[in-house]
Amino acid sequence: MHPVRKQRLILVLFLVLFSSVAAGLVTYALRGNINLFFPPAEVAAGGAPVGQSIRVGGMVLEDSVQRNQDSLEVTFVLTDYEAQVPVVYAGILPDLFGEGQGAVAAGKLDENGVLQATEVLAKHDENYMPPEVAEALEKSGYDKKGQTR
Amino acid sequence: MSSRIGAAQKGLYNLTVMWTFFHKLGSPPWLYGIAGAIVRWLLPLTILALLVGAAWGLLFTSPDFRQGNSYRIIYIHVPSAVVALAGYYVMAIAGAVSLIWRMKMADVAMKAAAPVGAALTFIALFTGALWGKPTWGTWWEWDARITSMLILLFLYLGVVALYEAFDNKEAAGRACAILSLVGMVNIPIIYKSVDWWYSLHQPASIKFSGESAIDSSMLYPLLLMIGAFYALFTCCLLMNMRAELLQRESRTAWVRRLVKPDGPR
Repeated sequence: MHPVRKQRLILVLFLVLFSSVAAGLVTYALRGNINLFFPPAEVAAGGAPVGQSIRVGGMVLEDSVQRNQDSLEVTFVLTDYEAQVPVVYAGILPDLFGEGQGAVAAGKLDENGVLQATEVLAKHDENYMPPEVAEALEKSGYDKKGQTR
Repeated sequence: MSSRIGAAQKGLYNLTVMWTFFHKLGSPPWLYGIAGAIVRWLLPLTILALLVGAAWGLLFTSPDFRQGNSYRIIYIHVPSAVVALAGYYVMAIAGAVSLIWRMKMADVAMKAAAPVGAALTFIALFTGALWGKPTWGTWWEWDARITSMLILLFLYLGVVALYEAFDNKEAAGRACAILSLVGMVNIPIIYKSVDWWYSLHQPASIKFSGESAIDSSMLYPLLLMIGAFYALFTCCLLMNMRAELLQRESRTAWVRRLVKPDGPR
C-alpha cells in the first residue's frame, strides 16, 4: 500500500479505536444512570433514594393486584423474585398490565418503603406467538421459552 | 511447468479484472450506468417483496397471544431499525474509503446514504412510538434503546447538515467521514443497550444463534420484510448516488450527452 494511504488508514483506525474507548468510558461512568429503573432487590438493599422520583421495574407478583372498588386506586407488588416492592397507584393502567407480567412504576418511595406511583408502564417480553401455540405450550407444561416448569 | 504458467497467467488475469473493476468504480459514467441497471431490476423486486411481506405480516399472520393485533407493527418497525443500523456502517465505511483512498465515488456513496438512513431511523422511532402507546402505555420514554436510537437520527442528520455547511466539497467530505466514523461506536451501543441496561424495550426476538423468541409463522414474513428493506435501502442509495453524480458532473461531456443526445459535442 502507498505509504500516505497506509498512514491515513492507521489514522482512521485510531480514530475509531479512540472514539470507542471514549464512549466506553462515558457509558461506564454513567452505567447506573442509564438504567431506566431500579430492580426491587436494589430498592430493598437501600440503593434507591427515598422521597425522590425514581422508577422501579419488575414482575407484577401473582395475586397481588388489589383494586379499590370506589376509585381508580390500585395496589400491587413488584418483584424480581429476590425482593418485593409494594406499589400504590391511582390512574389508568396500560392494557398489557397484568399479574405475572413485567411493569415499570414511576414515583416516590415513602418512609414505609411503598412506591407512591404517578405512572405505571407495562413491559412486555420478546416472545411472540399465535394464541393457539401459547395454549398448546400451556397444556404441555412448557413455559413460553420452551423450558419445563 | 505449463500448468504453473497457466495458473500464473490466470492469477494475473484475475488481478487485472479486479484492478479494472476498482478503476471502473472510480469512473462516474460507468457507476451511473451500472447503478441505473441495478435499480431497474432491483426496484420492481423490492416493491414486490414489500407488498408480499406487508400483506403476509399485516393480514395473514396470527395475532399475538398477548398483544393481539398491535404487535403487527413489528413488520415495519424491526426492518426499518435493522437497516437503519446497517446503513450507518455503509455510510461510515464509505467515509473511511474516501478518507484513505480519496475515492470520489465513496464520498458520493457516503453523502447519498445519510438521508436514507435518517428516514429509516425516523420510521423506526415513529413506529416505535405508535407501538409503545398501546402496549407500554407511553409514546416515549428516555430508555437506553430509544435514546441511543434518537442519537443515531441526530448523527445521520448531522452528516447531512455538516456536508451542506461547507463551501469546499472536499473538506465537507472529510469532515463528514470523520463524524460518521466517530459516530460508528453508537451502533453496537444501540444493539446491546437492551442487554447492558435495565430498559423498557424488550431484548431482540430474532437470534443469530439458537431458536428465535418469535414463532416461525410470524418470523418468515418478518425476515422477508427485513430483506425487502435492505433492497429498498440499496435502491434509494443508488438512485441518490445517481442524482448526486449528475449534479457533480453537470459540466462534463458525458452528462451533456446524456441530457441532449443530439446536442453539440
